[in-house]
Amino acid sequence: MISKREILETNRMISDENLDVRTITMGISLLDCADADIDKFNEKVYNKITTKARDLVKVGEELERELGIPIVNKRISVTPIAIAAAGCNTDSYVSVAKTLDRAAKEVGVNFIGGFSALVHKGCTKSDMTLINSIPEALAVTDVVCSSVNIGTSRNGLDMDAVKKMGEIIKETAEMSKDNNCMGCAKLVVFCNAVEDNPFMAGAFHGVGEKDCVINVGVSGPGVVKKALEEVRGADFETLCETIKKTAFKITRVGQLVAQEASKRLGVPFGIIDLSLAPTPAIGDSIAEIFQEMGLEQAGAPGTTAALALLNDNVKKGGVMASSYVGGLSGAFIPVSEDNGMIEAASMGALTLEKLEAMTCVCSVGLDMIAIPGDTSAETISGIIADEAAIGMVNNKTTAVRLIPVIGKGVGETVEFGGLLGYAPIMPVNNYSCADFIRRGGRVPAPIHSFKN
Amino acid sequence: MNNGIITVIGKDKVGIIAKVCNYLSEAEINILDISQTIVNGYFNMMMIVDLEKSTKKFDEIYDGLEKLGESIGVVIKIQHESIFDSMHRI
Repeated sequence: MISKREILETNRMISDENLDVRTITMGISLLDCADADIDKFNEKVYNKITTKARDLVKVGEELERELGIPIVNKRISVTPIAIAAAGCNTDSYVSVAKTLDRAAKEVGVNFIGGFSALVHKGCTKSDMTLINSIPEALAVTDVVCSSVNIGTSRNGLDMDAVKKMGEIIKETAEMSKDNNCMGCAKLVVFCNAVEDNPFMAGAFHGVGEKDCVINVGVSGPGVVKKALEEVRGADFETLCETIKKTAFKITRVGQLVAQEASKRLGVPFGIIDLSLAPTPAIGDSIAEIFQEMGLEQAGAPGTTAALALLNDNVKKGGVMASSYVGGLSGAFIPVSEDNGMIEAASMGALTLEKLEAMTCVCSVGLDMIAIPGDTSAETISGIIADEAAIGMVNNKTTAVRLIPVIGKGVGETVEFGGLLGYAPIMPVNNYSCADFIRRGGRVPAPIHSFKN
Repeated sequence: MNNGIITVIGKDKVGIIAKVCNYLSEAEINILDISQTIVNGYFNMMMIVDLEKSTKKFDEIYDGLEKLGESIGVVIKIQHESIFDSMHRI
């Protein structure tokens, strides 16, 4: 029988250490909604989403009550619209974004992902239509998230798309400048995007997936930090073992929620995403884990090593706790969503270049980073190219979610509110890469032997 | 197995256990394990209960215990045992 100590430990994690299940995300295929008539397509999309996800929020709330653990987000991911809507005779997918927005609001989820295109080897007409629709789509909707995959380790990088996405990010910022350039907070550029990611803004339902699945993202930086407080000053063996054991416990809760949700919704369980997702709340921060490990601030020398061992042990503990692990399963370091990161960036301890280095080991990317509004499209493309190259060469997912804040510069801050937090505007290296970006074409796939 | 874990936390006074047990017995909920301590005047109780034969649904019990807690001046929570089992048992 469960002991008193175990009950206390679990409930302390929930009440004092911000343990929660970050998201239950229902992946829904829209492939069967194809229609040449965009209005009919939109109608089918709306009906399918509102039918499949009708009980998603209700079941999530039921589980929260019964298990006594918050399930922060209930979300939906759909087939990349550039694929699902490819048969439509239209030159804009803005109406599709509006349909997704309406359907998501109808079922009560807080984000819907999949206004996406996979263009790692080039663009179809539909991909171009989608990409060109992004700035307006994100300005006129509230909960739609968009992503574009511009490279893979198998195919190399589509540099035309890299160039284009720099321009699209600028346009998206411009079109939502009255709302803190919020459009850009809902737009991710990927290399090696995954098909079963439950986290926003990059979630979409891949074409290799079933018609409908449940994916769950766990959380728990606060729990890891607290566990590390108990072993302050101990050697790396103890440090790693503690992270592993804690990750196991956190993930088991995610697995339970995923299985129960899947049973009650009558939808198969897909994966658990083992990612330590921070929130702006104090005590729910990755940067605070680094400090507990012995770094004065995130960004200090040692940060990349600290992140590598943190994430490796989260995975080692988490893999055994779940029957299927997938998604991104890396550390999220969204600067605006992590209190310790905000502090480190504000005081100059954490730079864009250090964040980039961290993405080489297991960070998912340059996430939620505010940059000066006058940063050129080519410079943004250059940053995307650098991140994508890291992902391509290292066989990992990397992502870029940058927010050029129109009308603001280094030293100022931008407020997104809620889980998206606020961010200091970070300086960008402004030496030009324009001639490099303007070359266009594709970077061939990298060689995967002779590793050094 | 359909067990629930009830935790009661609040300032100590006479009759807390009696009132909680009374509520449970009316709903045909059997108590499998109970432990209670008082630290610095604060009452802290945990119960493992069997919900199998309960005449009430989980939601009703949840609301009923919450209301009962408010009337006594303590916080009463019920959770399904599965979260503890998942976390602490392989």
